[in-house]
Amino acid sequence: MSDFFTLSVIVATLASGIRLATPFLLASLGEMIGQRSGVLNLGVEGVMLIGAFVAYFTLLRTGSTLLAVLLAVTAGVVMGLLYSLITLYMNAVQGISGIGIYLFGLGFTDLLFQKQVGTPIPVKGLDELHIPLLADIPHVGEIFFQHSILVYIAFLLVPVAWFVIERTTFGLNLRAVGETPEAADTLGVSVNRIRLFTILIGNSLAALAGAALALELGIFQQNLTSGRGFIAIALVYFGAWRPLGVMSGALLFGVVSATVNQWKTIGIIEGAASSLTSMAPALLTIVVLVFVSRRIDAPSALTKPFDRSG
Amino acid sequence: MPTALDEPVAPKLLRVRLAPRLVGLAVPVAAVVAALAVGAIMLLALGANPIEGYVALADGAFGSGNALADTALKGMPLLLVGVGICIAFRTGVINLGGEGQIIAGAICSTSLSLAIPDTPRILLVPLLLVAGALGGAFWGAIPGALKTYYGVSEILSTIMMNIIAAQFLSFLLLDWLAEPREIRIQQTERLTLNGDLPLLPGGTRLHIGVLIAVAIAVAAFVLLFRSALGVRLRAVGHNPNASRYAGMPVQRSVVEALAISGACAGIAGAVLVFGSESHRLIGEGGAIGFTQNAGFNGIVAALFGGLHPLATIPAAFLFGGLLTGGIKLQRELQVPAALIVALNGVVVVFVVGSLKLRTRLAAWADRVTGVRT
Amino acid sequence: MKRTPGRRLRRSLLALIGASSLVLAACGGDDAPASQEPAATDSAAADPVRIAMVAPSAINDLAFTQSMYDSLQRVAKNRDITIDVSDGLFIVEDAGAAIRGYAEDGYDVVIAHGTQFGGPLSEIAPDFPGVSFLWGTSTDFQGLDNIYAYSVRSDEGGYVNGTIAAQITESGVIGVVGPVEAGDAKLYVDGFVAGATAQDPSVTVNVNYIESFSDVALAAEAATSHLASGADVLTGTAQMVVGATGVAQAEGIPWFGTQSNQTPLGADIVVASQVYHWEVILETILDQIAGGKLGGEVFELTLANGGLEIEFNDAFGLDADILAAAEQTVADLTSGAASTGL
Repeated sequence: MSDFFTLSVIVATLASGIRLATPFLLASLGEMIGQRSGVLNLGVEGVMLIGAFVAYFTLLRTGSTLLAVLLAVTAGVVMGLLYSLITLYMNAVQGISGIGIYLFGLGFTDLLFQKQVGTPIPVKGLDELHIPLLADIPHVGEIFFQHSILVYIAFLLVPVAWFVIERTTFGLNLRAVGETPEAADTLGVSVNRIRLFTILIGNSLAALAGAALALELGIFQQNLTSGRGFIAIALVYFGAWRPLGVMSGALLFGVVSATVNQWKTIGIIEGAASSLTSMAPALLTIVVLVFVSRRIDAPSALTKPFDRSG
Repeated sequence: MPTALDEPVAPKLLRVRLAPRLVGLAVPVAAVVAALAVGAIMLLALGANPIEGYVALADGAFGSGNALADTALKGMPLLLVGVGICIAFRTGVINLGGEGQIIAGAICSTSLSLAIPDTPRILLVPLLLVAGALGGAFWGAIPGALKTYYGVSEILSTIMMNIIAAQFLSFLLLDWLAEPREIRIQQTERLTLNGDLPLLPGGTRLHIGVLIAVAIAVAAFVLLFRSALGVRLRAVGHNPNASRYAGMPVQRSVVEALAISGACAGIAGAVLVFGSESHRLIGEGGAIGFTQNAGFNGIVAALFGGLHPLATIPAAFLFGGLLTGGIKLQRELQVPAALIVALNGVVVVFVVGSLKLRTRLAAWADRVTGVRT
Repeated sequence: MKRTPGRRLRRSLLALIGASSLVLAACGGDDAPASQEPAATDSAAADPVRIAMVAPSAINDLAFTQSMYDSLQRVAKNRDITIDVSDGLFIVEDAGAAIRGYAEDGYDVVIAHGTQFGGPLSEIAPDFPGVSFLWGTSTDFQGLDNIYAYSVRSDEGGYVNGTIAAQITESGVIGVVGPVEAGDAKLYVDGFVAGATAQDPSVTVNVNYIESFSDVALAAEAATSHLASGADVLTGTAQMVVGATGVAQAEGIPWFGTQSNQTPLGADIVVASQVYHWEVILETILDQIAGGKLGGEVFELTLANGGLEIEFNDAFGLDADILAAAEQTVADLTSGAASTGL
């Protein structure tokens, strides 16, 4: 135990926690925006995988990280258009269409990967971007300011999301559409247009989350995301549909995972305890929520398709 | 004055009974065809022959007695989970925890069989099913209680409970439940023969698990639509606030719904272990090795069946056919197995996307054939 | 329109008959598995041997499944065989369906490449006495004469890797990233630890089982946590290990691989890989099958029989003395002078 409490190890663990939290955060923010407007998307995992593969493959073939990110986000937009078609136009049951997208994303990315790449070929992942001055602060610098650019983007999106939702007209309409779409409609807000935007944003962020994962690791593999998309959805509920709450959830999950990881490495946890403690992030998420339980309700129109004809 | 008896029977029959039903059937069928067309494009891109592939798919799903048996066996856990989902969804609760509840049921029934292996079969098999139901009910009741008493969303808790269950299973299969072997792997020993689910006559691998699943579907139908409990649950699902004003125990209903839903999945867990060819609880490579992802596929089956327990029977059977036939398609065409996963996803998306279309078209058909809706 | 009781009764009867016929159809298993004739044994103009492989993970996983697939490709270069694959079958019942399907389709050899497939195999193999089934990793052919069991002494290569690692580490701390503490992953890790500590008892080997076969990101963080704890040499096993090799490559940390040659994952940092050469036993098995013996034996990959080989990465530039010492360790394990103790 004493090994863990050396400063350098704790610092490394916290930095690791932030890195692990990033894909959760991006995907969860995207899902949160969609849900605030009344749309549930259970297909986040599939879109993350698609974003991850597109980013990896683009980087492999072109060597450009920027292009990789852009194409991944584009793929997310395409998936968003597909989801909008199914959900808004055809009024499909929101829970299940998502599962179909998950299966499709899982299988299709694996298929493309097997056919176009074959054996995993590592690529040069994202470099660490040291923020000048801040990165040099002892310890704190290593924890917060020595990450790749997508990590910074993810955390910067938290105040941006808050601002857009709470302080802009678009955000106002978004919230109205999620709570009382009929009222919003009578006031001239196009419910389905707002939802189209939030679905596109949500899917883009999910794809970006996948890209962040693949580019950080510099590799792709079948089922790379390994369930992160579903955890990201759960974290929306943990965060009570507020950006800060979602960020707390992502950090909780990431830091606990990193801590358990480090304890296993040092030997604090070993043998049979190893598999038990691996459930710690999931368990703690529930426990924390129980103790912090604030009764913020879901957006009232969540999962209910809006039909003008009533 | 024209009376009812003066009208020709046949046209009215067509208009009132068959037109909306035919439309109701045509839409999902068209959706599946469209999905298979997309699949055909993917097959062509891989250099495979779609016709050959789909013939193999149909053959693998329905082409022989053994194929039908395999399809029924594949659909059985989907039916059990799906029936539980019907109950939960109709109570207004989204149960994504099927995987964890299956695992819980499997662990309970396996532990029981390891504890009392010499019990005569006729007693042990029902006990194992009950143990599975209790395990699943427990695992479902926890998210129910968390929602009721702490306001924790069941979407979050069920997703997390899935992870916890899978890790717990991994833990149990590393040591406590694992078969002692030179090189230990994560599975139990071959469980007592007294626990084997009896095979049905006919020489196939079909076992009574299928009959149990159908029986539970019927029981769920009775519960939902013919019992006081069902009325209460559906009322809560329809309008929880009104139900609360009416004095119904809304909170208890949520817990009950999740417990019942979990119990169904737990029975699926028991059946998956004791009806399998291995007659072991296998967690090697992950819990999904024995759950077959039924926790999620069951949700799909339930929604294909319109959240009606009886309609879930053919829905689960057909979805099982798709999954079973896919294995043969992969084998015959030697395409990557990933294609089958993607194809399943496409089918789900198309069929789900078309469901509301079905009600719209049925209404249109009613208007066109002159029947007042 | 009046509904007479008779009409309702008729409708119910029709439904009942319809339902029963469906059930009866399902129960009437009309295709009993046909027993296969043994493969033709005349040498002139023999048909190619049809081999099918059923595996739980992907054939490009750089791990367990790929090792067998690669070996089959090597065998195909000098034998007349066809290879069909159903991979990604982690659902045991599905794998069973595939195995049975291949047997029914008249394949000569079906490889059940997963220990968990033993259950379905015990039901399938007796039905197809003319088909030879290979099952691994396992040391038990279930008393049947058409099952060949195969396994791998991955601890031997682990031991050798461990001895080398203990010599090149400067910090005295070595890190191991594993999936779940079971199967041949555990065997490799235990062998590695045994070798490292036998070489240098003062060395610390930290082992981290991340409890997942697929979580590449967690494997990468596990590697990072090792480095944070002072490790300067890493190893690991199973398909998610690509995450760890990525970290090793980025940080310039020497890496030891297993199951396949992992040099492509880190051209500068991979020291050596324990490569599974299944073809060593496949050749023997195929010969025996051609001679009419379809099973009833256990095979193992070892350093001694060439099934395991330590393939060094020349680009790493391992010290000549250490290399010689490693080769001596291999020789000792082969001759029995040394043992992994497992």
